Amino acid sequence: MANEQRLAAMTGNEAVAHALRQIDPDVIAAYPITPQTDIVQYYSQFVSDGLVKTEMVTVESEHSAMSATIGASAAGARAMTATSSQGLALMWEMLHIASGYRLPIVMPVVNRALSGPINIHCDHSDTMGALTTGWIQIYAESAQEAYDNAIQAVRIAEDPRVLLPTMVCDDGFITSHGIENVSLLPDEVVKGFVGEYKPSKFLLNISDPVTVGPLVLPDYYTELKFQQAEAMKAAKQVILEVAEEYAKISGRKYGLFEEYKMDDAERVVVVLSSAAGTAKAVVNQLRAKGEKVGLLKPRVLRPFPAEELVAALSGAKAVAVMDRAETFSTQGGQLFTELRAAFYDAPKRPLMRGYVFGLGGRDTTVREIGKVFEDLRGDLERGSVSEKYTHLDVRV
Amino acid sequence: MRTLKTAREIPIGALITEAGNSKDYKTGDWRSMKPIWHEEGCVHCLMCWVFCPDVSIKVENGKMVGIDYDHCKGCGICARECPRKEKALEMVKE
Repeated sequence: MANEQRLAAMTGNEAVAHALRQIDPDVIAAYPITPQTDIVQYYSQFVSDGLVKTEMVTVESEHSAMSATIGASAAGARAMTATSSQGLALMWEMLHIASGYRLPIVMPVVNRALSGPINIHCDHSDTMGALTTGWIQIYAESAQEAYDNAIQAVRIAEDPRVLLPTMVCDDGFITSHGIENVSLLPDEVVKGFVGEYKPSKFLLNISDPVTVGPLVLPDYYTELKFQQAEAMKAAKQVILEVAEEYAKISGRKYGLFEEYKMDDAERVVVVLSSAAGTAKAVVNQLRAKGEKVGLLKPRVLRPFPAEELVAALSGAKAVAVMDRAETFSTQGGQLFTELRAAFYDAPKRPLMRGYVFGLGGRDTTVREIGKVFEDLRGDLERGSVSEKYTHLDVRV
Repeated sequence: MRTLKTAREIPIGALITEAGNSKDYKTGDWRSMKPIWHEEGCVHCLMCWVFCPDVSIKVENGKMVGIDYDHCKGCGICARECPRKEKALEMVKE
């Protein structure tokens, strides 16, 4: 039975700030960066208004924001921060330390293109570059999903089977600054759901002293990385369990990905985050004409749900994977190459092509995604893909 | 030969769960130069003990009694700081 929820019009950033307010972490250390800034701006207002007990640490850079968050988390606090783009890039070395020390930090990341050239708008170059940092990554299509993911992330990250830091990502400006209807759970329901953080070992526990962050040489480094890989594998099941529990309090169901009109779909677009909303509109238009099209929207990229994605796409005949970031590998976007690799052992492989789209906030509308479905139709008729990977809507 | 533990036997996140365990970490085999103590020339001023960065000068009842070769990394600071003209500490090749 879902709880009484408050429907409010708010931006994605405000929704995430309210999720954080309801979680009420012990420590938030953050530095402003567009388009994340007003998450912590709203939050500092909550602190000033006495709505939360959080120790808010204003720092001089994102490197320090992540460092302070790591220190607080190692000390035994539930600690969070938030960032975007260059801020995430500046956190780089500390991202690996958070995951290497197995600190369950939750960090909203509002996706924004990396410089250069400087650009403040959405693409996924920031978090796609962080796929190898040992963090769980969860992506949201809407403000509602960003709110829901932030709350679930606390339980996922802190699960004793996982203990990995978690990024909850949504699209800069499109989601972070667009106003949507958002259903907020009652504060006490969220507090009950996330529970009290009880780390088993932490620095401020003087009756059970521990050392955090020692030198580890070749004799043990491999074993520790193996542990992290095992935890990431375990996270998949935990993400599903937490989603199931969250559905009970919210009425909103989440999985590793969302399948939209996939049952008999022959042509399928795979795309993350807000562009999936646009793709749904295209699917609806084409379905009205009787075309067998569908959408698959990944939610979790780390851990990468390879087997599940292959199973979900096994009925498709032609698949387009859309990446909102270049990799410069010359082989396509990150999601495209990983999904293609996942199909290597599959008995039946659909035609598959990749697009890099929406860079630096370039609008991707029903027109562009309609073209993608048209390209897939051509591939199906031809029986082969015309081009393995292309840039969508580029002037050449 | 010490037995290495498996990934499932060690704490996660490289956490060290015992306090004061650095003495269990033998670093003596890092050494390429070794300090030799000449007891007969030693006046027990303990300058070597003061300067040793690794607590490897063994002292009992206020007197120098030897060198902890399990931990001494052979930096040579003790021999350098020994104030005797005829050094009571001498660095030799391992």
